[in-house]
Amino acid sequence: MNVSVLVPALATATTSATPLLLAAMGETVTERAGVLNLGIEGMMLVGAVCAFAIDSASGSQILGIAAGAFGGAALSVVFALLTLTLAANQVASGLAVAIFGAGLSSLLGAGFVGRSVVPLAHLHIFLLSDIPVLGPLLLRQDLLVYASVAITAGTWWVLGRTRTGMVLRAVGENDQSAYALGYNVIRIRYLAVLFGGAMSGLAGAYLSLAATPMWMEGLTAGRGWIALVLVVFGAWRPWRVLIGAYLFGGISVLQLYLQGAGLVAIPSQILAMIPYLATIIVLTAISAGGARRLAAPACLGKPFRATT
Amino acid sequence: MRLKVEPRSTGVPAMNALVPPLAVVATILASGVVFAVLGYPAGRTLFAFFVAPLVSLNGWAELALKAGPLAMIAVGLAAGFRAGIWNIGAEGQLIMGAVAAGGVALGFPDSQGFWVLPLVCLAGLAGGMAWGAVPALLRIRLGVNEILTSLMLTYVATLLLSYLVFGPWKDPDGYSLPQSRMFSDAATLTPILARTRLTSGTLVEFLVPVALWAVLRYALVGFKIRTAGLAPAAAGYAGFVQSRVVWTVFLTASGLAGLAGAFEVLGPIGQLIPQITPGYGFTAIIVAFLGRLHPLGIIPAALLVALSYIGGDTAQVSSGLPKGAAGVVQGLLLFFPLAADFLVRNRVRVVR
Amino acid sequence: MPGKTVPGNNLISVPILSRRALLAAPGALAFSPARATPKLKIAFIYTGPVADGGYTYQHDLARQAIQHHFGGAVETHFVENVGEGQECERVLRQLAGDGADMVFSTSFSFMNAVTRVAKLYPEVKFEQATGYKTAPNVAEYNLRFYEGRAVCGTLAGLLSKTGIAGYVAAYPIPEVVMGINAFTLAARAQNPHFRVRVVWISSWIDPGREADAANSLIDQGADILTDHMDSAAVMQTAQARGVQAFGQSADRSAVGPTAQLTAIIDNWAPYCIARVQSVLDGSWRPGSVWLGMKQGGVELAPYGPAVTPPARAAADRIKTGIIDGSVHPFAGPIIDQSGRLRVAAGQTMTDDDILKMDFFVQGA
Repeated sequence: MNVSVLVPALATATTSATPLLLAAMGETVTERAGVLNLGIEGMMLVGAVCAFAIDSASGSQILGIAAGAFGGAALSVVFALLTLTLAANQVASGLAVAIFGAGLSSLLGAGFVGRSVVPLAHLHIFLLSDIPVLGPLLLRQDLLVYASVAITAGTWWVLGRTRTGMVLRAVGENDQSAYALGYNVIRIRYLAVLFGGAMSGLAGAYLSLAATPMWMEGLTAGRGWIALVLVVFGAWRPWRVLIGAYLFGGISVLQLYLQGAGLVAIPSQILAMIPYLATIIVLTAISAGGARRLAAPACLGKPFRATT
Repeated sequence: MRLKVEPRSTGVPAMNALVPPLAVVATILASGVVFAVLGYPAGRTLFAFFVAPLVSLNGWAELALKAGPLAMIAVGLAAGFRAGIWNIGAEGQLIMGAVAAGGVALGFPDSQGFWVLPLVCLAGLAGGMAWGAVPALLRIRLGVNEILTSLMLTYVATLLLSYLVFGPWKDPDGYSLPQSRMFSDAATLTPILARTRLTSGTLVEFLVPVALWAVLRYALVGFKIRTAGLAPAAAGYAGFVQSRVVWTVFLTASGLAGLAGAFEVLGPIGQLIPQITPGYGFTAIIVAFLGRLHPLGIIPAALLVALSYIGGDTAQVSSGLPKGAAGVVQGLLLFFPLAADFLVRNRVRVVR
Repeated sequence: MPGKTVPGNNLISVPILSRRALLAAPGALAFSPARATPKLKIAFIYTGPVADGGYTYQHDLARQAIQHHFGGAVETHFVENVGEGQECERVLRQLAGDGADMVFSTSFSFMNAVTRVAKLYPEVKFEQATGYKTAPNVAEYNLRFYEGRAVCGTLAGLLSKTGIAGYVAAYPIPEVVMGINAFTLAARAQNPHFRVRVVWISSWIDPGREADAANSLIDQGADILTDHMDSAAVMQTAQARGVQAFGQSADRSAVGPTAQLTAIIDNWAPYCIARVQSVLDGSWRPGSVWLGMKQGGVELAPYGPAVTPPARAAADRIKTGIIDGSVHPFAGPIIDQSGRLRVAAGQTMTDDDILKMDFFVQGA
């Protein structure tokens, strides 16, 4: 495999990584606030179908993208109601939302299967996009790819450098103390969940509008679950999550290239296992490393009950 | 005038028992609304979903065939959930159980002894347990989150099965199609009810929850699991639980999942193929919660969820409902008990 | 016979009702209640969605053709997204138990289940597509897709500038392998150094991975793509990246107006209609049928804008050759990748050997 394939390969890896990144970033925020939302897959699917439907019906990509984010957020409201207001078990609720969302998306999308829309255009910045190597790689992606990186930067900034972020983290680490200090824990968590839902919806929109501009049942093919893994892989830190997303996207695509090059005699299924085994190894390494500061938010998954 | 929420200090058993039936009714109504809003004939669709599969003997047999694995896997998972041990990888454990059982069965293509069947079933149990041991070990030794490890291993298991039936275990007389040889008669579970696919495996699958209920209630290890689950900290995401309980629970759940997988390939399927489960390992999680994490509650819950699957197919034929719509019903089936739980645990009063 | 209603064969209907009554409700949900002159009840089961615009869609076109042709004499239904696992057996049992007279099973992954269910319901006629097991009430039917591949390969060999084609394939089963081989052989007949790069997706339909695979092949030098998948993702990707591609199972020019060179169109309708007619006449017999271009089972879409006149002529020559029998896509000498001679010069592969094909020719 010659080097000239490397750049286009990285570009294709970006297509694979971006939806993962968007969803994982949303879930990072949600989990830092102490809420575990397993329903990402459902929210991605609802986002994907909403985005596709609106774009198909209106012809406007911006409306489609907005619809995707809105759809994901709307489904996350159901999750938030269950887990925050009704204090239901987060694991079960998340799963229920995932399954419900998948079913709902197939119902909503039934009339749109087989249609296609114009994919999101790749930006072309005058002159800059034509720089060899870096040009196509960095400067010829579509809008949502840049947005995903911007959102990563934004999340990092807000979480780590602003008061809002600090409050959110406090809610995730010690909700009772935050409540005692006067912060409305439930409301902060609601907002975090909504953000997560919107991001998942956006990820779905990327799939149905940019990556493969079409809709069909189960379009996300399990990416929502991968996003969950990425959050932990990145130790709930935005930039690490980004690295994880690109690693995962890259490895998934790598095995396709290896096949096409006819290079390796390893069966395709074994190659396809690599990303998952790699994740387990990394998880183990993180935990074995014993780095306490990389631990999960202390209140993750526990319902909040005011004790006063 | 506000609503004031107060936790109840004592449980209300009557309410607890009412929740599942009420949830079912609520689900049926809500599904009907969803279908109607989206333009499908609500009455006919609901009938197709909930009633039609039950009108024939074959229908009941298929229902049991689908509910069996769900019930058996769910009880194992439920014990874990009570103790804060989140085994999400039951699907992978099921597959590895099937692989192990299938592998052993393929190793004895011509044997006729009565010992073959128990042997392959044991292999299925062991296969599932081995797969469940990995996340358990990683959690106990290194504190690695078992949700993620068990989930990742599910993908690996699926790919491994695919590799085996496309490669080393492919039937040489099968026109190069991805399937293993059919298992010998000695290693197959034969139907016990004429013209249905019901096997003795299904019977076992329904007996296990009952047995487990007895264990949990009357045996010492059951007591330990229940007390571990009662501690609030243990019910959380990263709760601290004695490692022995973790081992017991994980191995039981994964062993049962593996056995279920073995029953699937030894019974209705009769060979190894790339896709042996429509997601039983994940659906079992819903069943566990719908059954209130109680072994006896899980049996009707499994039947209900199985009904929603089969109903999805019948509704497809009669109303053109897309197959994925079953997910809506299943999601609702879980939303309502979860929501109702709130009312069971808390009292809502109007305060001036 | 358009428009003529032929009542069901009365010799068969009476015993059916009494046997089935044990196992199915009288008012079976899926089909309308039996009447004095019952409609022929025909069911189709699909692995994927009708709206894949590809394999399943073409089968459904056949179903619609049947409904259109026979009008009120038949009642057709379908179940889609049955998947490739063991769900199909339950669905088959249900369809048969609910009163289906004929079942069209459209994937080889249903084959074992069909065999088992056929034994239980001997009065139901099963038509199994792309399988290989027959029974007294199970017939096989298949299309010689590889003939279409040969035409595509010819075009690829002539039109590719890089001499590399990308092939996005689902599983290494004979049906797919023979397509790859036919394509490669035909391309090499035009360009002896032609290379075909294959990527396996391990699924019949996964648009995301199909697009990724297509991109990876283009990045590695392929300027012509073809696939053996069920969605339009490969054609979409080709259109977006400005390379050429061949449509699979159906005409994909809507998705790839400038990208599509031509497409292999599965035309199941003539066979299906004929078989339904034979059931209505009472002349139905099990058999194993493999239709090709000559019988209209495999058609090719109109040539796309990128096909040059000389290429068009060459392709047409191959087409007529296949139809009149002078050209056989698997004529010797054929050498596999290990160097072994599989088919000697002057001979052609037998149907049976083609069905079992498990090797790849050189260049793939």
